[in-house]
This record gives sequence, C-alpha cells and structure tokens, in this order.
Amino acid sequence: MRAGRIVAIVPAFNEAGAIGGVVDAIRAADPAYDVVVIDDGSSDETGAIARSRGAAVVTLPYNVGIGGTVQTGFKYALEHGYETAVRLDGDGQHDPGELGKLLGPIHRDEADIVTGSRFIDGSGEYRPPLARRIGIVWFARIVSLLIRQQVTDTTSGFQALNRKGIALFAGDYPNDYPEVEAMVLVFKHRLRLVEVPVTMRGRETGQSSITFVRSIYYVFKVTLALFMAMVRRYAVPQEEVRHP
Amino acid sequence: MTSVRTSVAAAIASLLLILIVLELIRGRRLKERYALLWLVTGVVLFVLSAWRDGLNTIAGWLGVSTYPPAILFAIATLFIIIVLLHYSTVLSQLDDQNTLLAQRVALLEERLRAQEEKTDAD
Repeated sequence: MRAGRIVAIVPAFNEAGAIGGVVDAIRAADPAYDVVVIDDGSSDETGAIARSRGAAVVTLPYNVGIGGTVQTGFKYALEHGYETAVRLDGDGQHDPGELGKLLGPIHRDEADIVTGSRFIDGSGEYRPPLARRIGIVWFARIVSLLIRQQVTDTTSGFQALNRKGIALFAGDYPNDYPEVEAMVLVFKHRLRLVEVPVTMRGRETGQSSITFVRSIYYVFKVTLALFMAMVRRYAVPQEEVRHP
Repeated sequence: MTSVRTSVAAAIASLLLILIVLELIRGRRLKERYALLWLVTGVVLFVLSAWRDGLNTIAGWLGVSTYPPAILFAIATLFIIIVLLHYSTVLSQLDDQNTLLAQRVALLEERLRAQEEKTDAD
C-alpha cells in the first residue's frame, strides 16, 4: 500500500506538444501525486517526454482506444496498491489545480467516483459546437433517467476515484466514450457518483479524435451500450489482481 | 405480389435475428461495436418484410415484377457481404496486432533472460 500517495492517471495519444506541461502542472499542484502516463501507441515523442519529466510511462504496443488506455491506468493503480486515483487528459484541458475539488468528496467518503462537470451552473464558459452540444444533452438526459440521478457532463474524463472505484473500472471498463457507459456501471454496482463543477480549458494542441460522421455512429453505439448495460446481470467475476 | 405468409415468415425471421443479437450483447458474447451492422440488417429486413407495399415498390424500381420477395434475398445478401467485408478488415487489424504482441513478448523474454544471466553472473 502506498499510504497517502495519489496516482494521477493521464491517458495520452500523440500529445507530445502538451504532455510535458501536463506532467509538470500535476507535480506542481501537489507533490503527493505520482503521475502515470498511459501512452496509447503514440507515434510521436509523448512517452519519452513524459518520462523525462518524471512520470511513470506505460506504453501500449499499439493503439487500443481511449477505454482500454484509461483502464490500463486503473489496473496500474490497483496493482500498485493506490487507495486513491485521479484521472485527467493528456491534452491539457483539465487544470490540475482543480484536482482538490474532485478529491474533496472522496476524502470525506461521500463518493466512490467524482467527475468534474463543465455544465453545472456557474461554470458555463465552455461552448461546444452544436452537434457536440446535442450529443452532450442527449447523453445527460438518458444517463440521468437510467441511473435516477441528475448528471450534466457524461463525457468528462476529469475524475477522482477511491479504491472501490479503481477496482470496478480495473475489472470492467467500456470502450468508446467510456465515461458515459461507466456511469451506468457505477450505478449498477451501487457505488456513489458525485459531480462537481469545474472549468476546462480549450485543447492546447492536437485535435479532438472525433469527426462528425463518427460522432453519429458513436451516439447510436453508446446509446445501445447504455441500455444493454442496464439489462445486463453483473455477476461478473472481478479480475483477481495480485498485490506485490 | 408477395404472399402474406412470406411476409410473416420473413418478419419473424428478422425479428429473431434482432433478438438474438441483443441477447448476445447482453450476455457479453458480442460487443456493440460489432453488433450494430447486424442490428441494421435485422431492422431493414424487418421493415421490408412488414411493409409490403414498400417491398413491392422497390421490386418495381429494380424491374423485379414476378417475385418481389427476391428483393429480400438480394438485400439480405448485400448486408451479409457488408458485414463480412467489415469483419475482414477487423480480422486484418487483429492479425497485425497479434503479430505485434508476439514480437513484444519475444523481445521482452529475451531482455528478461539477458537480465537474469547478468544477475546470476554478479
């Protein structure tokens, strides 16, 4: 067990331009964070830069997609015995200075998983394009209905988790747009989910990996996955993990 | 004209396809990613089976006047070809990834063995 240490999981795919600043900012925010960058088969210097700034780097042999990448981070956290994890994106849109807000409900034992929301009132600086906004509202409505709890930002990758949350996601984590479906997983496993307001910056470099046609496909796919997740039985044996 | 019996049988068959696919997803034996094309196939076939005028109209467009249900076969075949092509691309990707994994494991084993020999020698 790593008492008092918090692991900061940073999934990154071709973020050579931003990753160095992200790692530095996390370490500057609080020295208690151990940063692990999960490099999703980048073809640029993402991994090398992260390592040079003092982060642990797990390099996937090929691109596995965002869900598998983030889950690798949760497995890392579980295997290394961390009690608490935070997760933020490698493109610099999440401000490590706000991690304290996310960790509040975890430290007070009010939640197992905390997500930072851009859309809780008072934090409305972020104005996504129309198509994106429709998707955001659609998923917020459906997920809120399914899990019987008001959520506003279902695609936020800015999160904090306790050991229960880490273990759940290490054993079972969805693939594309994983955060949306993960909220249903959290509900079905009777863990506590809390949203806190955060502000997010625009992307520093690179571009969002989602094009318009793909986004229509994802809306259908994720909606189907949401309903399937609701009717699925969860006698799924949790993966046994040795604790070195 | 399409006989009612043909329509009912085709509708039941496509409905069965949809239900089986959904049950496979629920049981985690099929991922949503690979199920969507099957579901689209099922829905299109179901619509054309139940909506008899539609089927006859499309048959007319395509110059099939004697036996409209042949259009069901044609569309089913078309979708099966699309699904198979999709799977071929997925298979090719898996093939590449599998090779890469085998290479990674082999290289890691070699590195581990070299490390162990070095440790033994010390």
